[in-house]
Amino acid sequence: MGILEFLQQPWPWYVAGPLIGLTVPLLLLVGGKHFGVSANLRHACAIIPNRIDFFNYDWRKAGIWNLVFTAGILIGALVGGVLLANPEPLQVAAATQADLAEIGVATDGGFVPSEIYSWSNLLTLPGLLLMVGGGFLVGFGARYAGGCTSGHAIMGLAELQLPSLVAVIGFFVGGLVMTHSLLPLILGL
Amino acid sequence: MDATRTTPQPDISTGDHVRANLKYLPIGFYFGFILIKSEVVAWYRIQEMFRFQSFHMYGVIGAAVLVAALSVWLIKRFKLRALDGSDITFTPKAPTYPRYIIGGTFFGLGWAATGACPGPILALIGSGLSVFLVVLASAVLGTWTYGLLRHKLPH
Repeated sequence: MGILEFLQQPWPWYVAGPLIGLTVPLLLLVGGKHFGVSANLRHACAIIPNRIDFFNYDWRKAGIWNLVFTAGILIGALVGGVLLANPEPLQVAAATQADLAEIGVATDGGFVPSEIYSWSNLLTLPGLLLMVGGGFLVGFGARYAGGCTSGHAIMGLAELQLPSLVAVIGFFVGGLVMTHSLLPLILGL
Repeated sequence: MDATRTTPQPDISTGDHVRANLKYLPIGFYFGFILIKSEVVAWYRIQEMFRFQSFHMYGVIGAAVLVAALSVWLIKRFKLRALDGSDITFTPKAPTYPRYIIGGTFFGLGWAATGACPGPILALIGSGLSVFLVVLASAVLGTWTYGLLRHKLPH
């Protein structure tokens, strides 16, 4: 298998997982920085002049390293998802395909079901609830909990922090309720 | 949060800050590239995870935590310093649990609704799914709302 082929195909969990984990020591050893993506949402608010105490701090000093890291994510995803995109359709577990078909979601080979997560569906009720409402909950919940999947599930758990374990259990409770109870309702609207 | 509350220093421009922190660009590139190649950015992978129908996400997150935990242990054990000379410190998170339970549950609802957490939202935008710019803008609005209501919320 050539290097180009390797870079194009999806990587199994035992390759991708450890490589994602290495982001933590990379950031610590390069500059003593703690892995966490959602703090950038707070920095984005702090850039806007405002009178809210939570957003009045020196975002340049505290956050520019992370915003630069974020710019790197965008470029890395552009290279990985466009220039070196996997030419094959996304493979999804048969049981998941069957469950999704029951609530009217087709497995179309893309990262996301294009009939739901698209500009043309944005102004429908399900589109608004899932994209605008879902995004709002991601931002609100991440800051309320003090971190997201990177800050709590990876960084916090790696530091053996009990608060992070509690937050991750919360992530799962919310995710299970949305997947099994709310998603079928929303898609039926 | 390591956000400090000092006032902005006008003698250091934003551009200077960016230049001083450019070393984090390749690390972000590395992370974004793997987010795509591991397919953890896929809405369908998140569905598989919350329906317990594939091991993939558990394998990725579990292996990432294992490698990260081992790294943190080694860094503490050998009291390593960062390449730029700065100290590597770890601060225990405040043990005030309502915020983790309530905030975490809100976050989980959003994670499953969008099929993406903050890193993957950015990666999906990078991979050309431009409608996730709306998800990102909503996430900023959600963060803003938290900042507004913070003093009224149980922590």
